[in-house]
Amino acid sequence: MRFMIMIKADKNTEAGVLPGEKLLTDMGKYNEELVNAGVMLAGEGLQPSSKGARVHFSKGKYTVVDGPFAETKELIAGFWIWQVKSKEEAIEWVKRCPNPLDGDFDIEIRQVFEVDDFGPAATPEVREQEARLRRESEKLQKK
Amino acid sequence: MSSTDTHRTIEAVWRIESAKLIAALARMVRDVGLAEELAQDGLVAALKQWPESGVPEKPGAWLMAVAKHRALDLLRRDKLIERKHEELGRELQTAVSQFDLSLDEDVGDDLLRLIFISCHPVLPFEGRVALTLRLLGGLTTQEIARAFLVPEATIAQRIVRAKRTLSEAGVPFEVPKAEEREQRLSAVLEVIYLIFNEGYSATAGDDWMRPELCKDALRLGRILVGLAPSQPEVHGLVALMEIQASRSRARVGPSGEPILLLDQNRALWDRLLIGRGLAALKRAEELGGQKGWYALQAALAACHARREPRRRRIGVALRPCTPCWPKSRRRRLWS
Repeated sequence: MRFMIMIKADKNTEAGVLPGEKLLTDMGKYNEELVNAGVMLAGEGLQPSSKGARVHFSKGKYTVVDGPFAETKELIAGFWIWQVKSKEEAIEWVKRCPNPLDGDFDIEIRQVFEVDDFGPAATPEVREQEARLRRESEKLQKK
Repeated sequence: MSSTDTHRTIEAVWRIESAKLIAALARMVRDVGLAEELAQDGLVAALKQWPESGVPEKPGAWLMAVAKHRALDLLRRDKLIERKHEELGRELQTAVSQFDLSLDEDVGDDLLRLIFISCHPVLPFEGRVALTLRLLGGLTTQEIARAFLVPEATIAQRIVRAKRTLSEAGVPFEVPKAEEREQRLSAVLEVIYLIFNEGYSATAGDDWMRPELCKDALRLGRILVGLAPSQPEVHGLVALMEIQASRSRARVGPSGEPILLLDQNRALWDRLLIGRGLAALKRAEELGGQKGWYALQAALAACHARREPRRRRIGVALRPCTPCWPKSRRRRLWS
């Protein structure tokens, strides 16, 4: 299962306050742990919303609004994508995250949609055809 | 937290912590089978206590404390029984006094030792696979059995025999010496790649544990990269697995029929995994490992992933190394 882990923004991240040395070190170690555990797929920090923009669509028309955006609580400051076996595993890993911001903060966990690796279950006829094709292709490879 | 939630959390904690736990214990008691038993004691204790007391803040340390406690008990008891056997007594003395060094030792070293020993050549191949998935993958016997389409008892036996073989052969719990390392590493890569292939060959309608093996293998491979970052073939293996796994959604048609590589819908390729695979391949090449077997396979797979399926490029990649390819290797060129 894949999860996107989002560190919510706060006034510091929105103000572009860079993390202190201790936090940088701790976060570095944490990221290394995630990588070394084989669960880290991707992860990035996001710049403050003052450098971003929003596009609002309404009745076929769009409007562009430049940041910053006021509702800090709804913004994110960074994300990861992890490969784990359950939501509980994602939660356990999040618990190990060093405190990125002073005071209260939230980290949101959302499951990523994944198409089934296989389509609907194959009928016995299709399975036999599959097995036959596989045997034939293996014969080819041995040549 | 409901009891079910707590159980699921304990399972998650086990997945995260068990390999490191077993690895550290194996160094202490110098027996992989005993190490696993002690770790399991920790798990049993957690299953009993955490639903009541809640999940501790540092669950890994909690499990380790329980396991260590049990290990010390065992060692002291053994020490009393073996008092007459001086040599053994001295060994046990050292083991007991080394206990507290445990937390300072590099976790990475322990894990590396555990991987090497799980894939030891003295074990039959299927024993290595089962033991690795159990000790390093954290899979239960039942999960391994479902993944390999064999009865649970078969896997249980393979694991028991493997532990016994390691114990009777007196296999030391150490990283192989320089002259053996290449061959031993090769054995590890072989096990991981076999697990991946087993998952990759799963067909529609199979137990979902089967294709899940690809993810288990990828995780093991990535862990190995962290433990042995200077080994180009480790990066090569991971590159190959990432790129092959990237195609899993495109390989099977709506009725379960296999779709050959050149006919696949590339929009279904997972570009996140392709990116990771290409990065791993680059690292393998930077380490001078472009002619390694896995790196070559990965380079071949990468040709397609980069949307340049020119025959010439593939021909160039193949030319330098064809005589080196062992006939026993399964090739997955066409899917």
